[in-house]
Amino acid sequence: MNGNPVLYDHPGPRAKVRNAILTVVFGGLILALLYWIYRKFDEKGQFTKVLWEPFTQGAVWKNFIFPGIEGTLKAAATAMVFALAFGLIFSVGRLSEHRWISVPAGVVVEFFRAVPLLLMIFFISFGVPFLIHQPVPPFWSVVIGLTLYNGSVLAEAFRAGIRAVPSGQSEAAYAVGMRKSAVMQHILVPQAARAMLPVIVSQLVVLLKDTALGYIVSYPELLQLGVNVVAANYFNVIQAAIVAAVLYIVVNFALTGLANYLDRRTQRRGIKTRPIDPGAAMGGAGGGF
Amino acid sequence: MPVFSDPANFDAYVSGFLWILKMTGASAALALVIGVLLAGMRVSPVPVLRWFGAAWVNIFRNTPLTLIIFFCYFGLYATLTISLSDDLILNNFWLGVVGLSVYTAAFVCEALRSGINTVPPGQAEAARAIGLTFSQTLRIVVLPQAGRAVIAPLGSVLIALCKNTTIVGTIGLLEASNIMKQLINDNGDQVILIFLVFAGTFAAVLIPVGYFFGWLANRLAVKR
Repeated sequence: MNGNPVLYDHPGPRAKVRNAILTVVFGGLILALLYWIYRKFDEKGQFTKVLWEPFTQGAVWKNFIFPGIEGTLKAAATAMVFALAFGLIFSVGRLSEHRWISVPAGVVVEFFRAVPLLLMIFFISFGVPFLIHQPVPPFWSVVIGLTLYNGSVLAEAFRAGIRAVPSGQSEAAYAVGMRKSAVMQHILVPQAARAMLPVIVSQLVVLLKDTALGYIVSYPELLQLGVNVVAANYFNVIQAAIVAAVLYIVVNFALTGLANYLDRRTQRRGIKTRPIDPGAAMGGAGGGF
Repeated sequence: MPVFSDPANFDAYVSGFLWILKMTGASAALALVIGVLLAGMRVSPVPVLRWFGAAWVNIFRNTPLTLIIFFCYFGLYATLTISLSDDLILNNFWLGVVGLSVYTAAFVCEALRSGINTVPPGQAEAARAIGLTFSQTLRIVVLPQAGRAVIAPLGSVLIALCKNTTIVGTIGLLEASNIMKQLINDNGDQVILIFLVFAGTFAAVLIPVGYFFGWLANRLAVKR
């Protein structure tokens, strides 16, 4: 990115000298920091070939990392489908004119947005077995937890999207004789869904990152298989964590790029989109605004 | 409330949430400082700083927090033997705070930067036209307006941080979620009550905080 050129003038001769000095000073500081990290790693022999070598072997990828990625993607995809359905149902429910629907829907959404995801996953995987008298598979405790949390976040996003559709749209639909459900189904939801597409994709990034919580309830995903198990076999926890982090970053970068592309495209068509809530992007939306 | 009438359980409940509070406070302060510095770097005229800020944000924002906390313990502490305190519990606490702060700082930076983008270009252009330097433009004209626009996003970051502190339980700190797990395992007949008390505590604190930030943001919004 080219910064905010509006904040400063095009550099003149003096500013150029000053920027050059700052570049050298801070560049030196950053290099010093990198060197310090290098020294720390080197001191503990973290650059030894043995520690990095496993990642050049096909077997490590085939037995640990690819199954890990598969577990992560499977949980994320399943949870995303459920979360979209949950979000759609509860956003429409919260917009209902019947209080006996809108109030409970609002309570559910506010509650699940305010409760830490880990607390929910712990309840599902350790508490629910006492209630149903049989164990809950880790896959489902992760997916249900992710669905309840991300579904609630999406419900709020959809609600804002539906309300952002110009009121002339629904008025015109009522004028041609459509009923409430038909207006929602044929007029409001399709327009809102198109405007919300970037938000949905960026929520997918949050969801993908949160699948890493599955490690805590021993669901075999990337952090569990690609870092924990690999490190247990080859004693290279730092190297395994770096490789896994790079994989996460690549996938999420691609998804963020897709979200930005969709955002630009919808804006070009003149559809207003809401800015993405940074708190939601961090894996935890606010209590409610 | 049969479980919580046992003083030992009640004390565990209180201490679990005290850890959450302490971690939220320490990480929020540290993340705010790092985040403001990063945001300053990302809009600065010096390319090296812009590059550093962008790299930090893109790396930490796209890595799962669980992996970062995992790395802080097994990487920094167990492998590189970087210890932050002689006390084992405090050491875990500070390792957790470091992980939470570097992660949250990326989101603080992005919130601030989007706030800077909400200030109309005319404001900065006018400031430049009367001869203010970059740091004066930022300090006197842009940041005071941006600051009011970022209250709501920063509020959501703070709430998310508070919920994310539970992840430090992974490295053995007995915070609320670990205490809940213990209580559930010891009192299998009252799991719903235990969950509702722990989840309810979070909801009872965080939902009003969310509305408070929404109200504050509305009140302080720059009317244009």
